[in-house]
Amino acid sequence: MKVQSAMFYFPEEVIEHIFSFLTHHPDRNTVSTVCKAWYKIERLSRREVFVGNCYAIRPDRAAARFPGLRSLTLKGKPHFADFDLVPPDWGGLAGPWIEAMARSCPNLEELRMKRMVVSDESLELLVHAFPNFKALVLVSCEGFSTDGLAAVARSCKSLRELDLQENEIEDRGPRWLNSFPDMCTSLVSLNFACLKGEVNLKSLERLVCRSPNLKCLRLNRAVPVETLAKIMNQCPNLEDLGTGSLLADQFSEAYVSLISALQKCKKLRCLSGFWDASPLCLLAVYPICANLTGLNLSYAPTVQGQDFINLIQHCVKLLRLWVLDSVGDKGLAVVASACKELQELRVFPSDLFAAGPATVTEEGLVAISTGCPKLNSLLYFCHSMTNSALITVSKNCPNFTRFRLCILEPRKPDPATNEPLDEGFGAVVKTCKNLRRFSISGLLTDQVFYYIGKYAKALEMLSIAFAGDTDQGMTYVLNGCKNLRKLEIRDCPFGDGALLADVTKYETMRSLWMSSCDISLRGCKALATKMPSLNVEIINEWEAEMEENLNNGVAEVISNNNNKHINNGNDERKVEKLYVYRTVGGPRTDAPDFVWTL
Amino acid sequence: MDNDTELRLGLPGSVEVKKPRETPQKRSSPDCISVEDDNLDRPSPKAQIVGWPPVRSYMKNNFYSMKNKADMAGKYVKVSMDGAPYLRKVDLKNYKEYKELREALENLFGCFSLGEILRMDGKYTMEYTIAYEDKDGDLMLLGDVPWEIFLSSCKKLRIMTDALGNKDREDSK
Repeated sequence: MKVQSAMFYFPEEVIEHIFSFLTHHPDRNTVSTVCKAWYKIERLSRREVFVGNCYAIRPDRAAARFPGLRSLTLKGKPHFADFDLVPPDWGGLAGPWIEAMARSCPNLEELRMKRMVVSDESLELLVHAFPNFKALVLVSCEGFSTDGLAAVARSCKSLRELDLQENEIEDRGPRWLNSFPDMCTSLVSLNFACLKGEVNLKSLERLVCRSPNLKCLRLNRAVPVETLAKIMNQCPNLEDLGTGSLLADQFSEAYVSLISALQKCKKLRCLSGFWDASPLCLLAVYPICANLTGLNLSYAPTVQGQDFINLIQHCVKLLRLWVLDSVGDKGLAVVASACKELQELRVFPSDLFAAGPATVTEEGLVAISTGCPKLNSLLYFCHSMTNSALITVSKNCPNFTRFRLCILEPRKPDPATNEPLDEGFGAVVKTCKNLRRFSISGLLTDQVFYYIGKYAKALEMLSIAFAGDTDQGMTYVLNGCKNLRKLEIRDCPFGDGALLADVTKYETMRSLWMSSCDISLRGCKALATKMPSLNVEIINEWEAEMEENLNNGVAEVISNNNNKHINNGNDERKVEKLYVYRTVGGPRTDAPDFVWTL
Repeated sequence: MDNDTELRLGLPGSVEVKKPRETPQKRSSPDCISVEDDNLDRPSPKAQIVGWPPVRSYMKNNFYSMKNKADMAGKYVKVSMDGAPYLRKVDLKNYKEYKELREALENLFGCFSLGEILRMDGKYTMEYTIAYEDKDGDLMLLGDVPWEIFLSSCKKLRIMTDALGNKDREDSK
């Protein structure tokens, strides 16, 4: 009682000031639950909100609770949408969120969205509703065109950041770059690398000229070396550069000016792009390699063999490296010897189809782990892996927070012993106490899940494919991983028993995805009945398509209240795709006909 | 595979069209893999498993456009149509999606009397199916895989007007 009355003597401003030191979202969420007074102070002073699942709460409610909001981060579709497992028109619409914010949060300055569908109209609304709007970051989004970008460029008086990462953007011409205001812009960061079409080069040069604050600039493939050189001469303070197409002749003026321009950029720390890079243009890059902390060559299949080695051996301060597997084990060995500070490595497959010679194997990974003990984040696509290699890697690098290994052939065993890879992945979870994200592949039995449940106590996100033997596997994970937030499973023999083993667990998690597993409609219905605080959604495209065919192509929207298919008797039918998530927003009101909420 | 036991009407020696995507009704194995069984015998699996390897579609599409720029200096493939007296050739590089290809084929074969069948204006009872032969020699139904994958794997086109391809459509109605 004494403590409580002491707190009442604090003016609200003091409590608010104390709260401002809480930068971690969960901490702010926690203090808001202490008492009504704190709830009110917290919600009025909250400036940043992170919504990991846009359907976990209704946009109106979120906007009304935090009227002082300045920065909103939203995530839409489930992660497996990246791999075409979620049908188009599934949802994740940004419109309702932008509208809600427009009504209640006029001070919005930053909007970050991932895997959401954004329309040009929504972008128009965005820039007109928020006079202080400064930063738009769109990752893996779709639904908009360069006209929407033009609206943002035109109407956003104080735009600092326009960051477009790997979006599907409809190209309606290069005019959007002209839409930036004629006077000096406040641009600090501009990334349009994912735009597929042509760019008006003169407009680009003029834009750069009148953007004195530019620190990060990522161009698309349509920008040639000549323009790049001119731009770089204008921005010697650039810290992050994504090149356009790096194709140039040795004796061309473009090449010569590129070299001199690059040398002036003393602050350059991060490089990406490298489309069509010729060995010659790589030569131009050598002088700045020594200061690089980030290098992304994942769109540069031409940079391999000796060219890659010559480049990478200069990059002694590198922290982050993204490459294609065409650099080979040999290239990785050079990385291991040169980049002693390396923290993050991603190796992507360069050829998705050919049964060609293996490009990177366990040898490359072992070399990296030996040479780069600070490695804490890994994404590695390879043709094969052995248990002993994984055990060695985890001994060398006990600091992994993110470990994702993808063996290209599903269910492939350890080639040396023909055994499953349970022991190898088990070693990773045993040694790496801080592991937060884990993706596993190859031949795996329930045993690997036993290890994960027992040792991976910090684990937050787990991705499983073509693994396990029985329901017990999934049950180990649900029971053991106390901090699990996201679980995504495809093509595993887990059935209703596993799904229903610990239903209250799903309330502690953000979401569960299961596709091509062994769960039935009956199991999913049981889950929905037991846990009303979850949305249990099944995606069944085939039956929705059948309905369409029966009605001669007239699409019939199957309302969730009157769902003939769910209730037509056969509950033993296997469920193609299941998406379960906790929510306070109730069932979706915008679900398409192939998404059924149970 | 259930396809082996399914009864079909068809001319002797006619080839079954293989559909890469399994329909849920046919799924009987509790293992529930969505890849064709016979692929497991091959040294490397074809990339017919949806969403595998787990590479972002954005990156996949970029990769195809980079790879295929080199591979495809004019990709001419033969087009045969059942009953037509001779074959034609088309350059797949001229089209950027399935719709354009289908329209081009309709124009190409419109000159044959059988071409009337292609118009599908309700007057005629027969329809056509477009299939293609891929790198492994399998006959595949047009349209299942993304355009870029089709471009790199298509070796020949075949317009089928016999009842075989249509039987599937009629069954499903």
